[in-house]
Amino acid sequence: MSAPLLIEQGLNGIQLGIMLFLMAAGLTLVLGIMNLVNLAHGSLYMLGAYFAASLQQWTGSFALAILLAVPATALVGMAIEMVTLRTLYSRDHLDQVLCTFGLILFLNEMTRILWGGLPLRMTLPPALAGTVALSGIAYPAFRLAIIATGILVALLLYLLIARTRLGMLIRAGASDRMMVGALGIDINLLFTLVFGLGAALAGLAGIMAGPLLAVQVGMGDGVLILTLVVIVIGGIGSVRGAFVAAILVGLIDTFGRILLPPALADIGIYVLMAAILFWRPQGLFPAHG
Amino acid sequence: MADALLATENLIKQFGGVTATDRLSLSVMEGELHAVIGPNGAGKTTLVAQLAGELAPSTGRIRFAGADITALGMAARARRGLARSFQIASLCREFSALDNVALAVQAQGGHGFRFWRAARADEALRAPARAVLAQVGLAGRQDVPAGLLAHGEQRQLELAMALAGKPRLLLLDEPMAGMGQADAALMIALLRTLKRRHAILLVEHDMDAVFALADRISVLVYGRCIATGAPEAIRADAAVRDAYLGEEAL
Amino acid sequence: MADAELASAPPRRAAMRSETALLVLGLAILVLAPLAAQLLGEPFYVRLFTRIVIMAIAAVSLDLILGYGGMVSFGHAAFVGIGAYVTGILAYHAASGEALTTWPIVIHGSQNAFIVWPAAIALAALAAFVIGLVSLRTTGIAFIMITLAFAQMLYFVVIALQKYGGEDGLQMSDRSRLFPLDLGDRLVFYYLVLAILVAVVAFCRRLVESHFGMVLRGCRQNERRMRAIGFPTYRYRLAAFVIAGALAGLAGILLANSQNYVSPADMAWTRSGELIVMVVLGGMGTAIGPVLGAAAYLLLELLLGSFTTHWQAIFGPILIVIVLFARRGLYGALAGRPTDG
Repeated sequence: MSAPLLIEQGLNGIQLGIMLFLMAAGLTLVLGIMNLVNLAHGSLYMLGAYFAASLQQWTGSFALAILLAVPATALVGMAIEMVTLRTLYSRDHLDQVLCTFGLILFLNEMTRILWGGLPLRMTLPPALAGTVALSGIAYPAFRLAIIATGILVALLLYLLIARTRLGMLIRAGASDRMMVGALGIDINLLFTLVFGLGAALAGLAGIMAGPLLAVQVGMGDGVLILTLVVIVIGGIGSVRGAFVAAILVGLIDTFGRILLPPALADIGIYVLMAAILFWRPQGLFPAHG
Repeated sequence: MADALLATENLIKQFGGVTATDRLSLSVMEGELHAVIGPNGAGKTTLVAQLAGELAPSTGRIRFAGADITALGMAARARRGLARSFQIASLCREFSALDNVALAVQAQGGHGFRFWRAARADEALRAPARAVLAQVGLAGRQDVPAGLLAHGEQRQLELAMALAGKPRLLLLDEPMAGMGQADAALMIALLRTLKRRHAILLVEHDMDAVFALADRISVLVYGRCIATGAPEAIRADAAVRDAYLGEEAL
Repeated sequence: MADAELASAPPRRAAMRSETALLVLGLAILVLAPLAAQLLGEPFYVRLFTRIVIMAIAAVSLDLILGYGGMVSFGHAAFVGIGAYVTGILAYHAASGEALTTWPIVIHGSQNAFIVWPAAIALAALAAFVIGLVSLRTTGIAFIMITLAFAQMLYFVVIALQKYGGEDGLQMSDRSRLFPLDLGDRLVFYYLVLAILVAVVAFCRRLVESHFGMVLRGCRQNERRMRAIGFPTYRYRLAAFVIAGALAGLAGILLANSQNYVSPADMAWTRSGELIVMVVLGGMGTAIGPVLGAAAYLLLELLLGSFTTHWQAIFGPILIVIVLFARRGLYGALAGRPTDG
């Protein structure tokens, strides 16, 4: 394989990994801290993309679309959490799976009702539509922007969780919910905020995917499963694990597609998951020892 | 020294910076009732977990009936005759008391992979199970779902499940926890009948029980054994007194 | 959940009477309704009942590991799909005359049920063995997600098989030959499927009361306790997983035959979700709850679908409400009996 191809595919792999990380970070936090299996996470990804696409059509501005769509998705996420998910925290995982499954059906159909069944298109502003010259190759500017954004978000997340009071509360809530409640912190508010954060991240991932793939109903379903694979490999509850696993999955999937025949390329990451689980069932960086 | 039935060799368990078990070398002889006592935080529960196979030690060996069982899991140890009762009753709550004990009998028989005949009609399981339930005093309650039994009855059922497998050694983790006077007296009487027939490692807080039953007592403080010996020797030991100063009188 | 159910358990005799009544009524409907439909010239209902019974077989197989074994497998439709695809692929090769493989041994296609059906079941069981081997090393959330991921993997494998239709699926020229029955006859096929359902339900009822079944049910209630008394629980769960997978494969064979068509959609993860819904809706850990659930789900889908194409927007919230407020399922509500215990 030539060097330019290697670099280009490597960057593609990282870019895919970054998007998976954005999805996985939110989901793994919700799973690890609130012990909630939220299958509807992919629907938030979809909603982010739809909000951005519509906002771009109304305002004509890509930047404005992103700026408004992310908080919008976060708000929808928090609304969902307060109305339906809050009752699920005390329930067993089966109940959570079924309820969030029902939520997916509902959100998919509502999206179809509100926006119609045809895919929406998102166009990139001129600044991001071109390519950047990078050691011998012309790499799409937008994909570079995704990578840069993702790394920035990862850093911000790290700072949030490791260095702020909110982050400390999040980590505390993970290990002892009742204790945090006893300290006078409103645990419900904390959980809603965490969920909102996860929704924002998922929405951001969806927005970034919009221009690359089509914005259509059900686009979250496939991503959801990849995200679950990433979380399982990285270790449930670990953001660091999600980052490592996401990049790993992104690279293996991308290179798998060029190196392997089509039938095997699709299953590459699942084989990876199986191999890692066989050796370490708790994932690479289990958050709870 | 005659070979101990159960022995630990320099058992160490560390959790991050905390040493829960500190170079513990403990032994239980055939037919002996060896009690382990100590203040809260002494590492008694951690010890039981390691002996039962639920927790792997950081270093050290555990020998049972002459074999090194350190690498064996819970199920394998149980099949070899090392039975355990849980401090907080851990039962199949929807099954009846009899169902629970019958399962313990079935586990020792070794053929669980039978798919056709109804297990509840198998007298080879039910009869010994009924006998054990009678032995612990639950004869009239055998058809009650385990989750509906009173607290004291659940502790009795815990003991029954440990006995059902005809074990060589019983690992009893605070069997009297939370029991009232009457129930505790019954339990002591029951344990007395079990002495000699089974080796017993008894972890307990209840000093009446310990001094009434034990052949030997080990005192654990911060994961270390500070004294081992006959009950009278322990009662007189200065180090033990110091450790318990401010705690209940011996 | 268990304690509340234990406290409210009605006297056994009354429960058994209503249970038997329900069983007899249900069987009567299943036997007579399609016959009536055929006689009245409404073949649609025969097809509907056929589909309900086939889905019921799949749901009963899932209940074995979900309701009795406590394993929330979100990939069960994959085993149904394997059963269906083996049937379809062998039928394809029988029709085209071309051999399936020539090395290391020659395998020809076949329409002979006595060859195809055992092969399909065996392959579904094998897949369940491999997937279970890895997945059962985890529990809880991880197990749910891993089974989901594996099923998705198989889904992609099937889509990648361009030769066998890929995303569009594969037509079967006609149904398997199960001498002396003519499976092409709608009613004959239905009664065969019904007989198989009855056999599967009877088998599962025996299984859960057997020595093996008691261990499995104990593992659901308290896995640590089961290990503490000496059971190697992993082995039992794996065995149950394989049996359930094999039965699901059987459902897949029948599905392929009923549709004369196999498609990846039959093994999509959403189909796995639907199976779980059927089991929970009907009543987990009861032998015939899943049958009720399959019927209720498919009838509801039909009913709501006749009002609007956006029926899932209504079904989603209904599902949520049912899960939150009526978890004992239809069977619990009708027969007044608590689930497994």
